[in-house]
Amino acid sequence: MRQVTKYIVCIACLFAATTTVRAESNDVKEIIFAHIGDAYEWHITTWGTTHITIPLPVIAYSKEQGWNFFLSSKLHHGAYKGFWIAQEGKNAGKLVMKDATGVEVRPLDISLTKNATALIINSTIVICLIMGLARWYRKRPVRSVPKGFWGALEMFVMNIQDEVIKPCIGPKYKRYAPYLLTLFFFILINNLMGLIPFFPGGASVTGNIAVTMVLALCTFFIVNLSGNRTYWKEIFWPDIPLWLKAPIPLIPIIEFLGVFTKPFALMIRLFANIMAGHVIIITLTCLIFLTLSMGWAVHSGMTLVSVVMSVFMGGIELLVAYLQALVFTMLSAVFIGLALPEPHHNIKIEKLKTV
Amino acid sequence: MSLFSPDIGLLFWMALSFGVVFFIVAKWGFPVITRMVEERKEYIDKSLQKADEVNSRMAQLQKQSDLMLEETRATQLAMLRETAQIREQILSEAKELARQKTEKFVQETKKQIGLERAAALTEVRNQAVVMAVDIAEKILRKELKEKDRHMEYVNRLLEDECRNHIDALR
Repeated sequence: MRQVTKYIVCIACLFAATTTVRAESNDVKEIIFAHIGDAYEWHITTWGTTHITIPLPVIAYSKEQGWNFFLSSKLHHGAYKGFWIAQEGKNAGKLVMKDATGVEVRPLDISLTKNATALIINSTIVICLIMGLARWYRKRPVRSVPKGFWGALEMFVMNIQDEVIKPCIGPKYKRYAPYLLTLFFFILINNLMGLIPFFPGGASVTGNIAVTMVLALCTFFIVNLSGNRTYWKEIFWPDIPLWLKAPIPLIPIIEFLGVFTKPFALMIRLFANIMAGHVIIITLTCLIFLTLSMGWAVHSGMTLVSVVMSVFMGGIELLVAYLQALVFTMLSAVFIGLALPEPHHNIKIEKLKTV
Repeated sequence: MSLFSPDIGLLFWMALSFGVVFFIVAKWGFPVITRMVEERKEYIDKSLQKADEVNSRMAQLQKQSDLMLEETRATQLAMLRETAQIREQILSEAKELARQKTEKFVQETKKQIGLERAAALTEVRNQAVVMAVDIAEKILRKELKEKDRHMEYVNRLLEDECRNHIDALR
């Protein structure tokens, strides 16, 4: 009975909320991009006509003005200190200024945007989790076994180390394990926090290409800096018929391109997966508001569909959050493993490269 | 579209925060965790191995003790048999000794009886002599007045008689 009442109240609230919103398809696009993109302030909710937002610090540098620090709330009413947020053009939504010739340009902008703030919050969570587990061991006698939350975390750490890192890299895994474990937990926490729809979650951090680019670059450098002689020989002078590599270095060119495409694929995979997931969930939610003008029956039907599908997608996204962290870590481990081949027995792991 | 062009500011913050996380966690976090877990795993493996060893040693000891028990039982049986034998021997020896002693005693008793009979006979003879003397006295008193011849004759008769009696008794 209580459950039924709860549902009725929920649906009533939903209707009350929807009657105040008149959404057009154009607004939906804006809503989606506003969520996926970055912002200078953290928008929490809109109550009536009041926007509840957390202003974030803007940090910008220009040759003329030097360093500038101010809160983004100063930008609500047009320009501040010569900076404003462009409304259209290629810099739409970004902080811009006018240079000496009067042209609209971007300053060096390292503002703590929504995504940057979320990154810092999530990084703090990762540090707290891992250091918390390490502290748990330090405070207890040797060989104690953690239970509950810490036990689960230990299981996660050891699972990644034993099932992903060890088999993918081989005997020299110890050197790379801390990096790969950091990678896994960093991506996982960012993915999961992105799924929480309100502050301090909700920022689509790993659905931003800058974030995945840094991660992919880290893997790129680690792979190529730890590559041994056999690795480079297999790229530039592989054991294949001479005509494939002699006058026109066909295979070497492909192999060399592979050096860059592998981390590039890593970058795009994580970015696209997380961004797509967020887009789907928001679109499903917007369905409620889009069908508002189509009559009561269609609207309630679509609302039901939307809620059911959102729950389903939420479950899928939870899985994807773990899976993408795992895939990024595993492929990084595989690439590192490929960069450390045994010189004399030529294991054919070429197949793995195409994953 | 800005979706696909990485933002410099975010790149900077991402590199910074990932760098800081990596530095802290890779230096003081994961190595501690993995070391602790590996130490524990090693300890568990060692303990299991030790337990196996102890088990096998226990089995060996059990076998040994079983063997010893068997031996002890055999010894016990042998000892029991020996004891029975000794008892039998002692019994038979005691019987023999008793038989010999009885025999000796019987013989001695017989000898004693013989002696006593001889003594009894002597006494009877003496009594007979006294009786004869008494008779003779009575005869003498009656025939004192008779001649000495008579006396002699009686004496001789009596002597003969007595000798005959003693011979018969012997």
